[in-house]
Parts: sequence; C-alpha cells; structure tokens
Amino acid sequence: MSFRTPTGGRIDRNRVLNFTFDGRAYTGHHGDTLASALLAKGVHLMGRSFKYHRPRGVLAAGIEEPNALVHVDRGGGRDAPNLRATQVELYEGLVARSQNRSPSLAFDLGAVAGLLSRFLPAGFYYKTFMWPASFWKRLYEPAIRAAAGLGRAPTAADPDRYLHRYAHCDVLIVGAGPAGLTAARAAAATGQRVMICDEQPELGGSLRDEPGAVIGGRASAAWLAAATTDLASRGNVTVLTRATAFGWYPDNLIGIAERVTDHIAMPDPNLPRERLWQVRASEVIIATGAHERPLVFPDNDRPGIMLAGAARAFLHRHGVLPGRRAVVATACDSAYAAALDLHAAGVTIAAIADLRANPTGAAIEAARAAGIPVRTGCAITGSTGRLRVTGALLGSDWVACDTILMSAGWTPSLHLQSQSRGKLRFDAATASFLPMAQPGQRSVGACAGEFDLAAILGVPVSGAISPNGSHTGLVPGASAKRAFVDFQNDVTARDLALATQEGFRSIEHVKRYTTTGMATDQGKTSNINALAIVAGQLGNTIPEVGLTTFRPPYSPVTFGTIAGASRGDLFDPERRAPMHDWAAAHGAVFEDVGTWKRAWYFPRGRETMHDAVARECRAVRNAVGIFDASTLGKIEVVGPDAAEFLNRLYTNSWKKLGVGRCRYGLMLSEAGFVWDDGVVGRIAEDRFHVTTTTGGAARVLNHMEDYLQTEFPELLVWLTSTTEQWAVIAVQGPDARALIAPLVAGIDLSPEAFPHMSIREGTICGVPTRLFRVSFTGELGFEINVPAEYGPAVWEALMAQEAPTRSPTPYGTEAMHVLRAEKGFVIVGQETDGTVTPDDLGLSGMIARSKPDFVGKRSLRRPDMVVANRKQLVGLLTEKPDDLLEEGAQIVEDPRQPIPMRMIGHVTSSYPSATLGRSIAMALVEGGRARMGSTLYVPMPGQDITVRVVEPIFYDRTGARLDG
Amino acid sequence: MLIIPCPHCGPRPENEFRYSGEAHIARPADPEATSDAEWADFLYMRSNPKGRHAERWRHIHGCGRFFNCIRDTVSDRIERSYPAGTRP
Amino acid sequence: MVDRRSPLAGLAGAAPSIPAARLVALPPCARVVLRTAAVLDLPIVQDINRAVVAGGVASLRLGPDEWLILAPDAGPIFAAASGHAAAVVDVSHRQVAIEIAGPRAAEVLNGHCALDLGAAFPPGMCTRTLLGKAEIVLWRTGADEFHLEVGRSFAPYVWQCLEEGRREHA
Repeated sequence: MSFRTPTGGRIDRNRVLNFTFDGRAYTGHHGDTLASALLAKGVHLMGRSFKYHRPRGVLAAGIEEPNALVHVDRGGGRDAPNLRATQVELYEGLVARSQNRSPSLAFDLGAVAGLLSRFLPAGFYYKTFMWPASFWKRLYEPAIRAAAGLGRAPTAADPDRYLHRYAHCDVLIVGAGPAGLTAARAAAATGQRVMICDEQPELGGSLRDEPGAVIGGRASAAWLAAATTDLASRGNVTVLTRATAFGWYPDNLIGIAERVTDHIAMPDPNLPRERLWQVRASEVIIATGAHERPLVFPDNDRPGIMLAGAARAFLHRHGVLPGRRAVVATACDSAYAAALDLHAAGVTIAAIADLRANPTGAAIEAARAAGIPVRTGCAITGSTGRLRVTGALLGSDWVACDTILMSAGWTPSLHLQSQSRGKLRFDAATASFLPMAQPGQRSVGACAGEFDLAAILGVPVSGAISPNGSHTGLVPGASAKRAFVDFQNDVTARDLALATQEGFRSIEHVKRYTTTGMATDQGKTSNINALAIVAGQLGNTIPEVGLTTFRPPYSPVTFGTIAGASRGDLFDPERRAPMHDWAAAHGAVFEDVGTWKRAWYFPRGRETMHDAVARECRAVRNAVGIFDASTLGKIEVVGPDAAEFLNRLYTNSWKKLGVGRCRYGLMLSEAGFVWDDGVVGRIAEDRFHVTTTTGGAARVLNHMEDYLQTEFPELLVWLTSTTEQWAVIAVQGPDARALIAPLVAGIDLSPEAFPHMSIREGTICGVPTRLFRVSFTGELGFEINVPAEYGPAVWEALMAQEAPTRSPTPYGTEAMHVLRAEKGFVIVGQETDGTVTPDDLGLSGMIARSKPDFVGKRSLRRPDMVVANRKQLVGLLTEKPDDLLEEGAQIVEDPRQPIPMRMIGHVTSSYPSATLGRSIAMALVEGGRARMGSTLYVPMPGQDITVRVVEPIFYDRTGARLDG
Repeated sequence: MLIIPCPHCGPRPENEFRYSGEAHIARPADPEATSDAEWADFLYMRSNPKGRHAERWRHIHGCGRFFNCIRDTVSDRIERSYPAGTRP
Repeated sequence: MVDRRSPLAGLAGAAPSIPAARLVALPPCARVVLRTAAVLDLPIVQDINRAVVAGGVASLRLGPDEWLILAPDAGPIFAAASGHAAAVVDVSHRQVAIEIAGPRAAEVLNGHCALDLGAAFPPGMCTRTLLGKAEIVLWRTGADEFHLEVGRSFAPYVWQCLEEGRREHA
C-alpha cells in the first residue's frame, strides 16, 4: 500500500532506489530520506525508546528527530549508529537497521521495562543501585552496561577518510532558509567574503514546505531557484550544504561538520567522507529557524503521531502522506496549513482539536471552508494503538485515526546563540526565549522570533500561514503519566513533577536528575515544555526558571570528523634521524623517544635484545662502536655577549673556556632543580655550539629565549636551533681514533693536539665537520657533526672502513644507556624528575660558587634545598648478581616492617652489564651518600631483593680509558 | 581557538602561541639579597584574578617574541597586547 | 665529496601529478639565519613578515631582528655581518623546501594551517606558522604559489599531510 502522492514533492520519480530496513527490501526515490521512503510504504515504526523500549515512529522531518535512530551499514567497517532516519538520504543499496530492540522492532523483549515504568521513575538509578556496594561490580554495572546506550559502536577501524579545513570570511550565515538566504544575498551584494551553510541537502529550509506561497509575484519555488542560482554564481560566496554548524567557539570560530559522501552509493575514494570546517567569521548571522513543539499528553509517543510541520515537510519535499485519516491537535495556526495541504492531497482530516478557546484568522476560516471539523477549546488527552496509533481522545470522544498531527507552536533554535554566551530575553506572547544581538553576531528570521515571511523576505507574500499561537507544558486536563516531554530519553511530565517534589529547584539540577534535554537531540523538541512544567510545579514563570545552557555539538559529530587526517601515520609527526634508513635496512629495532624514532638495538641473526645489547657494549669497550646521536638538541649561541649569557644560564663558568674546548654544562630551573645538561663547545670567541638532551631541545631553547628576551635583553647574543642542521655520528671505543683517522682532513687527531673535551673544525669524507672529542661511554670517543644530508654517506664510509681497524659495530640507545650507567653518567629525565638538585646528583662541583648569580642559584640556599635527608644519587648492587631491579621500584630499610612501609627512595636506572658480568643500578635514596656499604631492600611481588649501596660508578673509576 | 594579537605580527590563531604565565613579575636584580620568603614569593606566588589579567605569551610558532597582553579570564576577551619590557 | 640525501627523496619521486595543487621538493640551496639589530650592507627586506628576492637571494623577515636568507652561497652574508653585532648561522641542512602551487594550493594548505590565506596573506608575505603539528615557514611566492621551509625530520609528515589534502583534487 503506497502513501506516495501521484505527483509533487522534490524527489526524482524517474530514479528508483533499492534499500533494506531490518533486512526487508524496499524501494524509494532519489530525493527521499530513509524516513520518507519508509513512510511512503506505510512504515511508521522505526525505533524503540531508550528506557522503556516503547515502539516509536518518526516524530519530526529533520535534524531534531528524537525517535527514528537507525544504524547504517556500508560494510567493511563503514558503520554509523544513531543516525536520524529523517536525515539519512536514500542511495542505491542502502542497508539500515533499527536499534535498541531484541529480537525485532515489532516484538521487543526490552519492552517489559515499559510495564515496570511506574518503578522506573526519574532518578531510578540513583535510588536503586546504591547498596550493597559489592553488588556494583558483579551485578549493577554489568546489567546497566548491557542495557545502557543507544545503538552499537563499530568495532572495526573506520576505513573512511576525513579532512579538516580552516576558512575565513566576512559574513557567515548559518541556515539557508528564507531568512538566511535573504541575509546571504544582501551580504553578497556588498562584495564581502560570504559563506552560507545549511544542514539540508538543498537550500530553502522551510520555504520548500510552502509551495503555495507567492513571493513578490513569483511562486516560492521560482523565488528559491533564483536565489540559489544567484548565490552559486557569485565568486565571493561559498555555499555549503549537508553542513551542520554544530558549535560556536571564541572569537567567532564556528565548527561545521560537512557530510561529503554519505548520500552517495559509490563515493569516489579520493573524497573524504566528512569534512570539519573551522570558519572564522567577522560576523555570524544565525538563521537557524525554529523547531516545532510537541503537545504533552498521555501516550503522545505512539507511531503515527508526528509534528504537523513534519507531515507537511514529508508531503512537499517527498510526496509522502503520513496516513489516510488524521486528527490534528494544535495550539498554533501552522497546523491548519498542514491540515489543509493534507486535505487537498486526499487525507481525511477527522478533526482539528484546537486548545485555544476562540482561535480566529484566515487559517481557521480556510479549514472550516474546506469542510474540516474544527473543535475549539478542545484538548487531546490520550491515544490508543500499539505499533500504530488507532485513535485520539478529544475531550471525552474517541476519534478513530491512523495519524495524529500535533503542534504546540515553534521554539526558536538558540543553540549557537547560547553557546556564544549571547543574551536572551523571554517573549511571553510566543512563550519563547529570543536572542539579543552582540558584537559580531546577530540572529534573523524564525530563530529571532520573526515568523512572518513577508517581513523576513522584505517583499509582499501571499498564500502562506504564519504560525500564530502556542502552548507550553502538559495539555490542560491531561494526566502526566506517559505524557512524554523528552522522547529520546523517555522523560515524562510525571518525572519532571517528581523531581521538583523531591526538592530540585534549579532547572540545571532537574535536567541532570531527570536527563531531560540531555540526549543526542539536545532537547530540540523538549526544552520549553520541560521548562514550563517545572515552572508550573514551582509556581514560577518560565523566565524565572531560566533556560539551561546549550553546549556543542548541536547535533552529534563523528569522531572521524574531529580527528580528521590526524590518525595513523599522520597522528603525530614521526621524526627520523638522518641515518634512520640505514638502521632500518640493517635490522634495527626502534624505540620512541619523544616524537623521534631512535635505533634501540641491532639484533643479528636470532639474537635476543639482551644478547644484542651485550654484544654492542662489548664492541664499544673492546674495539669501536658507532651510534646515531643526531637527535641531541643543538643550539648555536652567537654574539659578543655569548659567554656572559651562558654564564647566567648554566651553573658553571664559561668565560675562561678556550676556543676549541668543550665543557659539560648543567642548567637549572629558577627553582634550583636540574633542568637540562649537555656538552658545550666554543667555536669562536663569540660562538658556542650548545647541545641539549634529545627530549629537552625545544624546552631548553624556550627557557633560554625567555631569559634572553625578558630578563637579560641588554645582552647582544642570539640563539638559533641547529638540531636538524647536523647529523651526529658518535664513534666510541679504543679503536675510535684509528677508525676515523683515514677519513678526516685538516685536524690533528693526536691526543696532544686534540685532547678529551675539545672541538675542531675540518673535513671528513670531504665534507665540513665539527668534530668533538667527547665521551658518553667512558671510552675514547668522537662525535662527528656533519651537515645532515651528508650524514648517511659519512656513516656508510665509516662502516666500510676495514683497515687499520675492523669496521665499527653499530649500537643503539639501549647499549648507550648501559655504557653510560656503567660510568655513572646521569640522564636528565631518568635520574632526575624535576625535584633533583645538583648536590642530590653529587654534582655540586659543577656549581661555580664565585659567580654572583645564575638561574637557579638563589634557590639552592632555600631551607628545603639544604635539608640533610634529601634523596641522593647512589649505586645499587643486588646481592645476587643476576637479580635485575625494576626501574621505578621502591626502596625500604626494613622489608619486615608493617605495610604501608616507609619508602626511602626509588631505582632510577637498572641494567644487566655485560662488561661487569652482573646487574647494576642507580637510585635516589634519602641521605644516600651516608649509607655507602649499607644494605637496603627492594620489595617485589614474591621476594625482597637485597641490595648494597655503592658509589654510582661501576667501571674505570679513574677515567684511564678516555685516552684509548 | 582564540585570536591573539601579536605586537609584531598582528592577530594570529592561538595555536601559534604558548602561554607563559603572569606578566610583570620581575626577577629580583640581586637574588642573593632577597630573603627566603621574598624569593619564594617571586618563584611561586601568582595573583590568579577573576577578570583582567596581565599575562605573558610567546609567539613561538611565529616571530618568536615574548610579549604581554591583558586578557579577561571570565570572557576570554583580550583587551590589548604590548611588547615585553613595556607597560600597558 | 660524498652524496647528499634529502628526507623527501622517496616521497617526491612517488608523488602523483595533480595540477590543481602541484607538490614539488625544491632543490638544495644555502640557508642562513641572520639575527641583528644593526643595519648591514645587504639588499634584504625591511618589512616584517615579508620576503623579497634580489639578485637570486631571497630574504624573509620572520621577526623583528630575524631573517632567513636563501641564496646560492652563504659566504657573502657571513662577510657582510662580520664586524657587526650580529649572528649568522648556516642552516642549509636544517630544513628542506617544498613548493605547492595551483588553483587549489591555498585550500590544501588550509586543510592543516589556520591562517587566513586570502587577501590578508598576499604574494610576498611570509611567516612562521603551524601546518598540522609541524612548524613551517610559509611564503606566498605568487597568487597560487607557496614556498614552505620545513624542518628536515618534519618534512615527510608535512609532505604527507599535503598529499592527503590534495588527493580529492586528483
């Protein structure tokens, strides 16, 4: 049985589309929504309600739909739950399913909740699931989780693409109904950059539902076509359709979610599914229209009961009739327009029940003239039917019908205005909150309370009925039971009354207690009715109760849209050091260090990580290793005052450092805690090559710039990041000099000419180098700095060296960590955590006491910084050499003390050392230096590990190996 | 995302900037001459007002300059900005 | 002398041809950061956030006392700064240059960059900014042409962001 009209609507009747709903095959037309196509087949039942699982049909025709939520499945992980059937555009092959029902929509076991509804009032969860506490984990939470939520979240990764776009304009118009189009044309004519967006597939808004209107002598369809063509033809106007402005953010930044391909059966894979627009507008004109209010009466939620304006939209947009015999219940003239249009299309209007005692005007006269029975002062107080409405209770009469159309008037859509903290005023005549303009923003048309088409368009209009009249709250004389206010969250008038009886006074509290307005529809149809009921209960007026604050998003936005391209490889930049490709080609395992990928170790054959690291360490100790140290932060400090600047930023002294020499520098925060460290080389009197930790590079540069710009602006010195300029190849081990010597030119590498902690400029493999003689392993070592793009070739040349020494062993960050720990070198961020002073690390020798000031100096004298029992860096040796402590493990004096034990420190570094044939560890321990030789304990699950406190240096205490 | 007026580059999106705390807290000229209490006050005590707040920002992904601005902590509106080392 | 290897070699070689937003890895050049409050004997741009090209040397003023200079040879800049209170630092390998050009170039950039690339950003304008999570120098060299300077380890990320954004214009 078809409910499609023989002609009319904005669908393409020549294009038939096949689709399925709950596995059943249907056909529709291009231009249909899923809702209109189902209605055309007489299907109203499209969902089950959230809490009571009541059968629900379609209530509205657009974005405000609370009931008809469906799951659309395109296959291959392309799953979208909770879509409004009234917004899902039909395409060939569409597969949709209903939600929140089991096993089927018509027979849903969950509906038993409806029978229990008197036991499931507002605040049910808070009252019921309070005790006993042990029931929470085992019973309440699993049961609530199983029952909670609408729809089913997809489990597969979303294969679709999403993009973002920033845009700027002079004027952004939100909404392309008659008011938005008028505003857009006016703005466009001034030559400004104009954007207009609308969440519908085509422009026009409510004008599409007024085919009988005559605008300035032209049919409304002709006026709309001309306006659309006019805007599209202008180079200064961007028109976005299927684009929902979902949020206002500070400084007129509007978030718009554009659905690019959801309406296409086989989308071009190069197109994104959705696009997030972030539009910065000098002026925002809000033309978001109004939503029709349902009447609140018992059983007002049965399938077949819909808003009068929705029925009119389905008729004029899609050529679909809601039923054969309708009762129209209203307090507003616009429902008469629906009744007249449906009457003209062949629907029997059994009655118009008007709440108003004496409605007058053209609409009422036209209805009477058409022979439609009009009952005035007549409230609808009930309905019958199970899966479809079968009758309406008007006063004391039951009137048979298959459709009830209702209207309590129109609620301006204030979401964006409210999000922008714009002011509102209450208009008692229309029972509406209305927006007030603010700088950079104004509202026009129905969302500003202006419903008269002629006034909106600025030209004479005939043939349109203005929506005069309204009602708020429960209809007079009706019971509050099963009188639904918020359809999506199943909140009834009785629930709201109960909340006020239980003492809730603030509308914000009532909202949270009852959940009214908190569903995905954001209270679009329920808000004002809820306010009116609460106001009535409290004996206040609506403005005294006040409107709840709207928050973004106006309607649900997918995670894909929010993420955009920032997923997978593009989630974060993956920074690769210059020699990365070589390492990858030679089997390196990488670890993440900040945003860098660093070679962790280089397993050979079937080596484990432990085997590989041990071999790499032995190679450095016995021959020579090669390591990519390029990620170290580097800053070039240049200017006449460069040494003075470093003097103020570092704890140690720089003025006497000779050109060509290096020094290990320690930097503190102003609070006196270790902030960073690194080797600094003096290239020239006025030029220093500063290195920082890998993770600290950006932080240290910002710290230096802060002091330079704001505290020491008189200094003539400039800072330039050179981290990425240099590839750094560390060559470490007794054979290091022999390895590099054949490739280096212009530098005397002899120990006398080039001592430890020196820097020279020359060439290697014919490219310029800054060659450092430094060691982070305790062995003879060099760090070869070459311009980054030469790094790979220089590395390969070093690897190809066979005489006079064997080719070097590449080692990774793990071996680097072990080697430095054997020497007791700290790593800032591993041994330190932002609360560690130089003295805590045993580095008080790094502090130049003679300097009058440096950053952090004064703090070192604060009482907390000099207490006796501070945690100090020590070495730990486990009683059993093979026991390996866990980094982060807590240390106690007596493992037999009662829990909670007093923890006196923690392990900061711990490794198996191949060089020493046992494990080693470093730790921060209260009064650690006074505990040398004593025994402490590290309690672990199943055992307490006994450790001995030792000096934090395990290998070559005299430093003899530095000279090879 | 706020629009922040850089004194050198003009209005720019907030993601180019880094917040750097309250403005006009000068480092004592001679830290060694301060008492422990005075030094702790300099290090840690901030006004945290409701309303007009003088604060430091750095146009870190722009001209790199630190500067000051007056922002209303209630409305998030920025009244004006001015170079580091100057007063509004 | 050994060979140079660009971090973009692989990506640029595999890039599809999309005339609406062409993506090109530009060849190497000498790059110098010049920091000074002094007036040097160099034909460099004076307006902040503007770039000029003179005698094959491009100067971009990125801050009140900061220029990025792109030239065939860095020597003359070091020479001109000598004896002045100034800092000159060679950053030739610190970053790489990417050009995006074509009628959709600005749109593709705006997929990841929040700046207004309309009349507020005319040809000749340049600035440091963000593209996604990477800092770049953005220089509009023509109505539909942009030159990007990108830190070498961020270059693949920036390239792929632009590639992802221009795909719909293929």
